[in-house]
Amino acid sequence: MELRIDHVSKAYGGQAVLRDVTVTVGSGVTCLMAPSGAGKTTLLRILLGLERPDSGTVHGLEGRRLAAVFQEDRLLEQQDWRGNLRFVLGSAFDEAEALTLLEELGLADTGAQPVGEWSGGMKRRLALARALLSPFDVLILDEPFTGLDRDNRRRAAGSILARTAERPVLLVTHDEADAKALSARIIHLF
Amino acid sequence: MALAAAFPHGELLLASPVSALVRLASLAGTGAFWAAVGRSAAAILGGFVLSCVLAASLAALSARFRAVGELLAPLVAAVKAVPVVSFIILALVWLDSDSLALFISALMVFPPIYLNVLAGIGAADRQLLEMARVFRVPFRRQLWGIWLPAVLPYFRSAASLALGLCWKAGVAAEVIGLPAGTVGERLYTAKVYFQTPDLFAWTAVIVAVSVAFEHLFLAAVDALVRKVGR
Repeated sequence: MELRIDHVSKAYGGQAVLRDVTVTVGSGVTCLMAPSGAGKTTLLRILLGLERPDSGTVHGLEGRRLAAVFQEDRLLEQQDWRGNLRFVLGSAFDEAEALTLLEELGLADTGAQPVGEWSGGMKRRLALARALLSPFDVLILDEPFTGLDRDNRRRAAGSILARTAERPVLLVTHDEADAKALSARIIHLF
Repeated sequence: MALAAAFPHGELLLASPVSALVRLASLAGTGAFWAAVGRSAAAILGGFVLSCVLAASLAALSARFRAVGELLAPLVAAVKAVPVVSFIILALVWLDSDSLALFISALMVFPPIYLNVLAGIGAADRQLLEMARVFRVPFRRQLWGIWLPAVLPYFRSAASLALGLCWKAGVAAEVIGLPAGTVGERLYTAKVYFQTPDLFAWTAVIVAVSVAFEHLFLAAVDALVRKVGR
């Protein structure tokens, strides 16, 4: 499976954020690297269907199921981890499978504690678990290791690699260590 | 003693709490009392519930379709600005007196519920909605997980305000329209015959029923808030 970003441009209020970006993403992990404020998140929003490009096209996403770890955790803060996973997975939520992944990620079962009371690193790992447990064809990761220490970063990278198989994973980061942790093919955007 | 001597008809002007309570106890022993309370409550609270459903539905439509909001804006502004008594008199021309309290209480409830639900919808977390869109979360789950937690606190404060308003306006409509066997009609009779203890007793009944229903309704909303929050 291949994902092609073809001459995509986007501007906000006359200020160009993306200029004629062309990238091809194949199976495995591809990392788009760019400094902060260079439009990485805008590109991801276009891929996720949350923004329309001013010009250019994205091929290969038609009818595909997406999963994402956003720059922000975007969790239901008043709900516990089960509520957050059930919200996305619905009847496909498998508690045993979820607990296995959470354990892999170094998250203990916190019972009914709302995730709003969790630390930033715990929330980040739950956001990652949510994406990895959902049925996806393409996984999009925006700075997925933010707030994780070295051990947890290693665990998270291991879980991503183990659970994505041959499916395309698009990683966006400004930190080369993230790309190395996932053995990603690196593409410098700018 | 001095006050009693100065105002020999004091009970006529201002009934004492004791005489109001005695009258209330005597009224409460009659079937007509409970029938009047039931009839008024059914009309006023019926108007409240109907208006809540209508206002919340129209707020959802306004949030989705801008034209609906633009069409409703002048109507809501008019209902907020025009004195309730003008609506009561106008409604008497259109409706029979039995439907008056229901219509007027619904009318008074509509603006606060509509505007607050609309504000609650506007306050829903856009980032969560985007997340739900990316993961293709069905609307029903979005409703429970994102929309209701955002809207219910706004709805709760509006409902608390609206419940007081609908009783005041509903009973005022009954006093003017005089539908038979209602609290408003009893208040009017008390006024005509200078039955001040009756006036106080019926006023206490209105306050008690209004406060009791407000507590019950808000407790139900709070239970729903807890349910959607978990």
